Amino acid sequence: MKSKFIPLILILFFLITFVIFFKGLRNSNIYIPDTNLKKAVPSFELKSFENGSIVISEKIFEDNDYYFMNIWASWCIPCKEEHEFLMELKKDDRIELIGFNYKDNYTNASSFLKDLGNPYDIIVSDKNGIASIDWGAYGVPESFLVYQNKIIKRFIGPINNEDLLEIQKIIR
Amino acid sequence: MKFIHIFLIVAIILNFNFLKADEVKTENKIAKNLRCLICQGQSVYDSDSEFAISLKLVIKNKIQEGLSEEQIYSFLKMKYGEWILYDPVFNRNTYFLWLLPILIFLAGGAIIVKRFYNKK
Repeated sequence: MKSKFIPLILILFFLITFVIFFKGLRNSNIYIPDTNLKKAVPSFELKSFENGSIVISEKIFEDNDYYFMNIWASWCIPCKEEHEFLMELKKDDRIELIGFNYKDNYTNASSFLKDLGNPYDIIVSDKNGIASIDWGAYGVPESFLVYQNKIIKRFIGPINNEDLLEIQKIIR
Repeated sequence: MKFIHIFLIVAIILNFNFLKADEVKTENKIAKNLRCLICQGQSVYDSDSEFAISLKLVIKNKIQEGLSEEQIYSFLKMKYGEWILYDPVFNRNTYFLWLLPILIFLAGGAIIVKRFYNKK
């Protein structure tokens, strides 16, 4: 009886181990946030980028229109990549672009905008990154499509032509 | 009189320091329990990425606002999902993980007990 029992347990043990590793190693262990969310816009109170006056989020998202909230910084190289698409998006007057200047200094950021153009309607500066955490952001660039005070879509990393088409399709 | 004054001031300063030390302790404890989302295999405490620096600031502010450790965890869980916590929460997806050691322990115990009685 004993000689039958031990191989059975061994086989079972290896089988379970195999299944666990097979499933576990296939799981991605990179953080992938949910991009289709219906979360309310977190409220913030930040300094305006241009003149340092206090801007509150309720004021920005007052009209229940489409907003494109883009977190950017002049030190972020992928932000340069996505800039042309933001300029393209600016041409659309159904959407308002809000820039979140993330941990940046004024001189660098303004020369960045002077060189590449300013696509934003409003820019606020997030000097210490706390407001970005309230949005659930974890890097630059990151963008949120807001409609009626709700985040309806989230874009991790630089937006590309496909994302641009998708946004234009949503706001149509 | 003067002596009492000085004594009081010193006592207050020391007390403040104690408070601060406690805050820093919980701050570090929380940061160690959080996964840095952009750096693989590192906690927020160990990381010096922009994200981790901001997150440490957030934790500090939340503690000063008087939030408990649990409240801070649930706040971050709401923002980033359960993945940010190193300590997995007991739920449907993780009950196997939590109960497996107990099951193995019970099975082992059962084998030992069975052998013991068989010998008798």
